[in-house]
Amino acid sequence: MSTKEKKHSSERLQRVIELCKSVETRGVDPFAVDVDDIIATLNKCFPDWESPEELSLDAEAVQYLASVIQNQGNWVKQRSTSLYTDPFLLEEKLQRLNKEELVTLFTKVWNPVIELEQLSIPSLTGAMKYWNDLAPIDERWTRNVPMQVAAGATTREELIKQRILAEKTFFEELEAFWTELKQKVGENEKIDYWDFVGADTYNETLDRAYMTSFLVTYGYATLELRPLEEEIFIKPFTKPRSELADKRMVSVPISVSHKEWMRWKEGKQI
Amino acid sequence: MKRKAYYARKIKRAAQLLFYKRHMKPGVKGWELKNALGSDYPKILKVLDNHLKKLDLQVKTVFEGEEPKEKPTLEELNRARFFVTLRGGLPSKDAKMMGWRIDDIAGLAVAISYIISKRGKAPREDVEDMLRSKLPGWRVEMNLNRYIKAGYLAEDENKMLYLDWRTRAEVDQKELVDLLLGTES
Repeated sequence: MSTKEKKHSSERLQRVIELCKSVETRGVDPFAVDVDDIIATLNKCFPDWESPEELSLDAEAVQYLASVIQNQGNWVKQRSTSLYTDPFLLEEKLQRLNKEELVTLFTKVWNPVIELEQLSIPSLTGAMKYWNDLAPIDERWTRNVPMQVAAGATTREELIKQRILAEKTFFEELEAFWTELKQKVGENEKIDYWDFVGADTYNETLDRAYMTSFLVTYGYATLELRPLEEEIFIKPFTKPRSELADKRMVSVPISVSHKEWMRWKEGKQI
Repeated sequence: MKRKAYYARKIKRAAQLLFYKRHMKPGVKGWELKNALGSDYPKILKVLDNHLKKLDLQVKTVFEGEEPKEKPTLEELNRARFFVTLRGGLPSKDAKMMGWRIDDIAGLAVAISYIISKRGKAPREDVEDMLRSKLPGWRVEMNLNRYIKAGYLAEDENKMLYLDWRTRAEVDQKELVDLLLGTES
């Protein structure tokens, strides 16, 4: 096929796509499209298409043609139902009827939805309470002008006091925690999770559980799970293992609820 | 007696759910009724529908997509929306009480009938042309937007108009076409 012929065929396909699109978007009669003729054209051109653009155009034409066939199917389905009526006949009837006749006719088949909106005593009471608690608009909309403070110097200690800076960096804290774990384990290699994490207060216990999770994630320690006995042990490594990060990680959810903490504390006292 | 009291309580609750507007759209979804009334809610709605018959009202079911040809399954009912509508139509003089002008109702009737005749969808431009033959231009656009907002019609990005949920709930489409064709020209 010469370049000129190819261009001609490509333009033809573009026109086919446009025609098929108009069925979809503008409600053109789907039977105005001669499907057999288009399939014959597509068949004739297909062996000569080489470039990805040409093949994609061909695929697009097939896709739109399929949607036209679907529309034809729907048309036949609609026509076979009792709801089908000749649009021209109906349009003519609509043009001939006056407003009053149309309304009389429509109200015979129109059954509006019944819906109610009504205030109740509880909703009124709630609304009154809201109104009473609502601050006046000039109070709500006042803008707090930020206080102007002259710039000055501060110290690291002051920033730590104001909790803007931490006393230790996170990794310093983690290393200290790891050392504590190794000391507590001693010769035993491992320690019960709650015996290590548990503290006098629940808040402190949560802090320790949080740090422990990082010890395990960053390869300073590992967990030994005994599901049947419902026991969890922590085993510190002598050196942090960075190669763990390359392996497939598994998350182990451990509940550190207040109830669990109380149970541990009571058990400890016994 | 216990069983009777159970149903009486459930019917009362179903009526409250169906009558009072709880969302932007009126009506209640099947799954909401199932949560509030239990899985035998279709039976409760049937009894309520019988009670409403005396008041010329009905419980109307609008299914998602096309109406099932056979008896709907519980899953189809759960996805459907239920409304209370009038049962036997409305005297045309009463339509005024609903805040609709005669032009608005006539326009709605024309728009719906035209879209039905075009197999359920029609370009907005064509519907506007049809309405413009009898209504002033400014009112045509305003009315079409009002029908869309109320849920009678829906419009897509290609400016095609379709029949929306409220038409499916409120209008007997077959009867409308039959009545229109039956009028003397």
